[in-house]
Amino acid sequence: MAAELHVELVAADRSVWSGEATLVIARTTSGDIGVMPGHQPLLGVLESGPVTIKTADGNVVAAVHGGFISFADDKLSLLAEIAELADEIDVERAERALERAKADADAAAERRADVRLKAVTGVR
Amino acid sequence: MGAQLRVYKRRIKTVSATKKITKAMEMIAASRIVKAQRKVAASAPYASELTRAVTAVATGSNTKHALTTEVENPVRAAILLITSDRGLAGGYSSNAIKAADQLTTRLKAEGKDVVTYIVGRKGVAYYGFRERPVVESWTGFTDSPTYADAKKVAGPLIEAVQQDTAEGGVDELHIVFTEFVSMMTQTPVDKRLLPLSLETTAEESEAVKDKILPLYDFEPSDEGVLDALLPRYVESRIYNALLQAAASEHAARRRAMKSATDNAEELIKSLTRLANAARQADITQEISEIVGGASALADATAGSDR
Repeated sequence: MAAELHVELVAADRSVWSGEATLVIARTTSGDIGVMPGHQPLLGVLESGPVTIKTADGNVVAAVHGGFISFADDKLSLLAEIAELADEIDVERAERALERAKADADAAAERRADVRLKAVTGVR
Repeated sequence: MGAQLRVYKRRIKTVSATKKITKAMEMIAASRIVKAQRKVAASAPYASELTRAVTAVATGSNTKHALTTEVENPVRAAILLITSDRGLAGGYSSNAIKAADQLTTRLKAEGKDVVTYIVGRKGVAYYGFRERPVVESWTGFTDSPTYADAKKVAGPLIEAVQQDTAEGGVDELHIVFTEFVSMMTQTPVDKRLLPLSLETTAEESEAVKDKILPLYDFEPSDEGVLDALLPRYVESRIYNALLQAAASEHAARRRAMKSATDNAEELIKSLTRLANAARQADITQEISEIVGGASALADATAGSDR
C-alpha cells in the first residue's frame, strides 16, 4: 500500500471531510499544487476552485471558496470559509445561481457557481 | 364568594399565566444552549487549525505585518463589545457592558483613545442613552450568529486596524464578550486580538505547545500568506466569540427564567395559603351568621308561642 497522508477539510462552521489520502490536488494563488505523503511543509493560500483528494477508494472532490492549505508531518489541513463536497452540491441550484450571476454580472458569484459545477462534473 | 377571596384567586391566575410563559422561555433557552454549544464545538477545528497556521507563519518568518507588529506608542484602541439583542437574561448584557467600561477606563488610563464597536441591541441602547459615540453597531443575530455575520463585523474592524493611525486607524483591537464556562458560569472577558501576541496564540493551539513547528514553505510568499491569513484569523476569533456569547446568553436567560419560574411558584403557594385562609374566614363567618340567624329566629318563635 502506498504511503498515505491524513487530510482534514474544514469549513468555518463544520468539519467537512477527514480521512487518509494518497494525493491531494488544490489550486493555490500561484497555480495548482499536488501534495503527496512526504511533501515539504507547506502553507499556501487557496483560490476558489475544486480540490481533489485521491483516496484508496476513489476520488473525493470538493468545491472550496478561498482558504488555506497547510501541510506538515504527513498531515494536511484544508481550511476554507466555505467548502462543499461534490455530493452535497445541488446541481440545479448551482446552475440557477450561475445564470443569475451572469445576469447580474456578479463576477464573484459567477465564479463560485462555476466552481461548484466543475466540482460536480469532475466526479460524474 | 368573599371579595378578599376573589382578589386572591385573580392574582393566582395572573401569576400562573406568567409562570407558564417563563417556564416556556426557560425550556426554549435550555434547548438553544445545547444547539449553541454544538456550534461552538463545530467551529473549533477551523479555529484551531487557523491558529496553528498563524502561529507557524508568525514564528517561521520574520516578516513585519501591520496586524502583528506592536506599535511603540499606541494612541487608539478599538473595543468590540458583544451584548444581546433581547433582555430577560438576568445580568448578561449589563455584565458585559460593565467589563467593557472597565477596559475602556484602563485603556484611557494608558493614554489611548478608545473607539467602540457594538454587537447587540442592548449594548447599542445603553450607549445610545448615554450619548456615547459608537463607530459601528450590528444587531439582529446574537441568538444564532453565522460565519457571514462574523465576517460582516470583522470587515470594518480589520479595515480600521490596517488604516494609518494618523488617518483614524486603530493600533489595538480588543474584544469583550461573555465566555461560556459551564451551564452555571458565564464570565465576561476582554481579550486583545491584535496586535497578535504569540504567547496567547500558542496557548490557544495545543498542537503547538508540544513540538517545534516545522519550517514551512510559503505559497505564494510569507507576506502573501500572512496578508490572507490574518483577516481570516480575526474573523474566526470573532465568530468564536459570537458563538460563545450566544451560548452564554441562552444560559443566562435559562437561569433568569428558572428563578422567575421558581419565584412565581413560591408566590402561587403563599397566595394559595392566603386564599385558603380567606375562604375559611368566609365560611366561619357564614356559619356564625347562620347560627346567629337561626338562634334569633328560634328566640323569636319561642317568644310568639307563649
